[in-house]
Amino acid sequence: MQAVAASKLRRVQARAEAARPYADRMAEVLTEVASRSTGSSHPFLTERPIKKRLLILVTADRGLAGGLNVNAIRVALTYVRQGEETVLDTIGRKGRDYFRRLGVPIIAEVSQTGDRPELKDILPAVTVARDEFLAGNVDQVALVHTHFVSVARLVPTVSILIPVQVPERKEGMRVDYLYEPEPEEVLARLLPRYVEAQVYAAVLDNLASFYAAQTIAMRNATDNAGELIDDLTMLRNKVRQATITKELSEIVGGAEALAAG
Amino acid sequence: MADKLHVDIVTVEGRRYKGDADFVVAPGSEGELGVLPRHIPLLTPLAPGSVKVRNDGEEQFFFVSGGFLEVRPDQVTVLADSAERADDIDEARAEEARRRAESLLQQKLSDADQAAATTALARAEARLRLAELRRRRRV
Repeated sequence: MQAVAASKLRRVQARAEAARPYADRMAEVLTEVASRSTGSSHPFLTERPIKKRLLILVTADRGLAGGLNVNAIRVALTYVRQGEETVLDTIGRKGRDYFRRLGVPIIAEVSQTGDRPELKDILPAVTVARDEFLAGNVDQVALVHTHFVSVARLVPTVSILIPVQVPERKEGMRVDYLYEPEPEEVLARLLPRYVEAQVYAAVLDNLASFYAAQTIAMRNATDNAGELIDDLTMLRNKVRQATITKELSEIVGGAEALAAG
Repeated sequence: MADKLHVDIVTVEGRRYKGDADFVVAPGSEGELGVLPRHIPLLTPLAPGSVKVRNDGEEQFFFVSGGFLEVRPDQVTVLADSAERADDIDEARAEEARRRAESLLQQKLSDADQAAATTALARAEARLRLAELRRRRRV
């Protein structure tokens, strides 16, 4: 299972890598457009006081991955227990089941997206979040997932999704586009896509973390089992030795008793 | 060497095309548009249709269901929506996700279930601490 998880990790990482160009270009374009239409009143860019928050919690569907799910759930839990009212939108079974048992309202859930999640699989969760925000039911949408840094470093991460945090402009990439139609309208179409791409990237990132965590968990299990086998083998040999010694001494004792008699 | 456009067609799920071209035609939301090298920078949403890429007389077509076209003088980027998406399907799916969550909540939860959840977490945490401790001791 360790080997299986390790090979799946490689495949999932490749998939996360494939999603990068879109996300990068999208971020660049968004930065440019947003800088052009400053003072835009698009609701996705408008901060408002947070009375109620929606948390999109990304966890794995399965366990056997060490502390992966528990750690992400714990991060989400700190939000749930904070002052502002929090509702959840879960991607992945583990998070859903936990908060469901806890009685925290879950307004949408997506699970069983497998090893090859497509954008359309996770869109429902994003659409619900977007609608809730636009309807004014929640004032912020945040995303919790486990970020893959390296196999040994899996970090539960919180990022604010809506209002959209426009990435900082990098030096020297200023481009004055001709917009068709108006910049505001282009921006209005870009923003939802940007949010979707971020959630999709998070789901892939989380999947990579899951297989990394599983690889480690399985390696630990193999190591522990090996240790246990060594211990038990030692015990078996000791017991056998003791039995033989005892039987021998009984035979010798018996023979001596006979000889003496 | 003649001017070329660097064409990059990407979707959320991956890159579909990367290469040079002499001429690109894309279905802009305001009408079909053709792009030659040294076009002025342009950004426009795309309507569903096909993107044509011509290079050395060879033509390739890519279907897009929407997305964006970003043009720079030497570069064309198509941020394409994946072909399956359609807004009405998305709405129906969203509704389903919402309903699923509700039906989950409606299934009555006893105190015992809640307690089980809390203990499960506590147990998992304890196990983690133990694993951590063991690992540190072994090193």
